[in-house]
Amino acid sequence: MWDQILQFLLTGITLGSTYALVALGFAIIYNASDVVNLAQGEFVMLGAMSAIALSAGQGLPLPLAILLAVLLTLVVGLMLQRFAIAPAKGITVVGTIIITIGASIFLRGLALLLWGKDIQALPHFSGETPLRWGDLTLLPQSLWVMGGTALLVLGVQLFFNRTLLGKAILACSCNKTAAQLVGINVGRMLLVAYGLSALLGAMAGVLVTPITYTSYDAGIMLGLKGFAAAVLGGMGNPMGAVAGGLLLGLLESLAAGLISSGYKDAIAFIILLLVLFLRPSGLFGRAVSERV
Amino acid sequence: MKRLRGWWLLVALLIALPLLFPGNYYVTVVGASALLHAILAVGLNLLMGYAGQISLGHAAFFGLGAYSSAILTTRYGVNPWLALGAGLVLAGGVAYLIARPVLRLKGHYLAMATLGFGIIVHILLVQTGGLTGGPDGIGGIPTLSLFGWAIDSDARWYGVLAATLLILVLGALNLMDSRSGRALGAIHGAEVAAGMMGIDTAAAKTAVFVLAALTAGLAGSLFAHQQAFVSPDSFNFFVSIELVTMVVLGGIASTWGAILGAVILTFLPELLVVFEDYEVLIFGAILMLIMIFLPQGIVGGLADLWARRQGAAAPTDPPKAGPAPRGLAPASDPVSQDAA
Repeated sequence: MWDQILQFLLTGITLGSTYALVALGFAIIYNASDVVNLAQGEFVMLGAMSAIALSAGQGLPLPLAILLAVLLTLVVGLMLQRFAIAPAKGITVVGTIIITIGASIFLRGLALLLWGKDIQALPHFSGETPLRWGDLTLLPQSLWVMGGTALLVLGVQLFFNRTLLGKAILACSCNKTAAQLVGINVGRMLLVAYGLSALLGAMAGVLVTPITYTSYDAGIMLGLKGFAAAVLGGMGNPMGAVAGGLLLGLLESLAAGLISSGYKDAIAFIILLLVLFLRPSGLFGRAVSERV
Repeated sequence: MKRLRGWWLLVALLIALPLLFPGNYYVTVVGASALLHAILAVGLNLLMGYAGQISLGHAAFFGLGAYSSAILTTRYGVNPWLALGAGLVLAGGVAYLIARPVLRLKGHYLAMATLGFGIIVHILLVQTGGLTGGPDGIGGIPTLSLFGWAIDSDARWYGVLAATLLILVLGALNLMDSRSGRALGAIHGAEVAAGMMGIDTAAAKTAVFVLAALTAGLAGSLFAHQQAFVSPDSFNFFVSIELVTMVVLGGIASTWGAILGAVILTFLPELLVVFEDYEVLIFGAILMLIMIFLPQGIVGGLADLWARRQGAAAPTDPPKAGPAPRGLAPASDPVSQDAA
C-alpha cells in the first residue's frame, strides 16, 4: 500500500513539475502585464512539436533540435507580445484574455497545418529502462523532468533576484510609471517576460513529451492546468505557482491511483474550489483590498 | 417608445428574415443556432456586462438544462414541459448553491472557480454513463409541442427561438433600466462603494448569477429538444469560452453587443469552411484582430468611431444599451479588480 502511494507520489511530482513550469510562465506574464495568457499551454505544445519535427523530421541531433525548438517558441512568445498584446491599447482585462484565446486557436491551427493531427513522441533522453528500488519504478525521463524543472525554477529565481534585467521586470510589475521614470524601458521588459515565459513552456514540453506524447491540441489542457496551479498558489506569486503546480500534480496522481482515473481532473478541481472558498487569494497569495 | 426602438427593430428583423429568405439554410438552420447562442450570450451578459462578474463555466448550466430534458423525457417518459421546468429548477438551484462562495471571489480567482465548476460538471456528464449515456450522449429526444402544435421543423424552431430571444431581450433591457439594474451597474463600477450605499451586493450578485443560469438552463432544454440529441461535447470548456467571447467580442455591457457577438461567432465558422485546412488558423487570427483593433468590442468600438466622426461638436448621451463609458472600462472590468 505504502509502496503504491509512494509510486503515485513520484508520478505526481513528474506531472506536477510540468504544471509548475507552465504556472511559473503564467505568473511571470501576469506579474509583468496583468494578462492571463491562455496561450501558455500552446508554448508547451509548440516546443514539443517543433523539437519532434526538427529531430525526427529533419534528422537533426536531439540536443540541437531541442535548442532550436526552444528558441523558436521563444520567438513566438516575443511575437505574441509584440504583435497581439502590445498593439491593443485601452483594452479591458477580459479583452486581453480573448486575444490570448485567439492566439491559442491560431497557434493550434498552425500546428495542425504544419504537423497534422497525429499524436507524436520524442525519444527518451537516456533510455526507457526504468530504475527500480524494491517495488518502486521510475523512468529516467522523470528524473530529467524533475531535475530540469528544479534547475529552471532556480534559474528564474536567480534571474529575478540577482540580475539587473530581472529586477527591472519586477519593477515594471510593481509600478509601470515609476519604472519608466527611473529609466526602465517598460516595453522591452514586457517582451523579455513573454520570451522567458515561452521558454519555460517550451522546456516543459520538451522534457515531458517523451513520457506523455503530444499532439496539436495538447496545449489546451496543459494551459488550463497551469492556470489552475497559478491560481492555487496565489496569482502573481511565482514560487506559489510552482508549489501550486506540484500540488496539483500530486492531487491528480493520488486521485487517479486511489479513487478513479476518470474523475482525477474533477477531484483536482473540486479541491481547488474548496481551497478558493477557504482562501479566496490562493494558498500563498496575499489578500488585497480593493481600492475604490 | 424611444427606449425600446432597438427592440422593435430586432422584432422586425427576425420576422422579415424568414419571409425574405424562406427555407434558406443560413436563416433557418444556422440562424436558429445563432438565436440559441444569442439567448445564451444575452443571459451571460447580465452577469458579465451588467454586474461585471466573469464566468468561464457558463456552459455547465446550459448542459444541466439540456441533460435534465434529455434524461427525464427519454428515460422516464416525463412530459417535455415538466422536464423543462425541472431543468430550470436544477440549473437555478445549482447556481444558487454555488453563487455565494463563488461570487465572493474576484477577478482571476472568480474566473478560475467558474472554469473549474464547468470542468467538473462536464466530467460528471462524461463519467456518469448509466444516467447520461457517457461520451456517446443521449439520442431520440422527443420534440416539444405547444397546444398540439408540434415544433418539428427548422422554420418552427426558428420561430420559437426568435420569440424566446425577443422576450429575453425585452426583459434584459427593462432590467437594466430598473432599480436592480442600476444596483448591478454600481457593483460593476465599484463593489465596495455599492455596498457602502446600502446595496446588498452578495444578494444582488447571487440573483443575477441565478438569472443567467436559468437563461442557460432554458436554452439547454430548447437545444436538447431541437437537436433531439445531446452529448457532453456540446457543454465543455470551449463552449463556455465561446460564450464569453461572444459577449466580449460584440461589446461587453451591451445586450446588442452580445447578440452581435453570437451571430458573428455562429456564422464565422460556417463561412470559413471554404478555407478547409486554414479554417482554425483564420478563425484565431480574426478573433485577435477584432480585439486588437476594437478593444471595446464591436458595438463599443463602432460607437466610439461614430462619436469621433461626429466630433466634439455634438456631445450626445451614450445609447441606453451602449457600452460603459470608456474611462470606466479598464478599472471596472470584471477581472481587473484584484490589483496585484
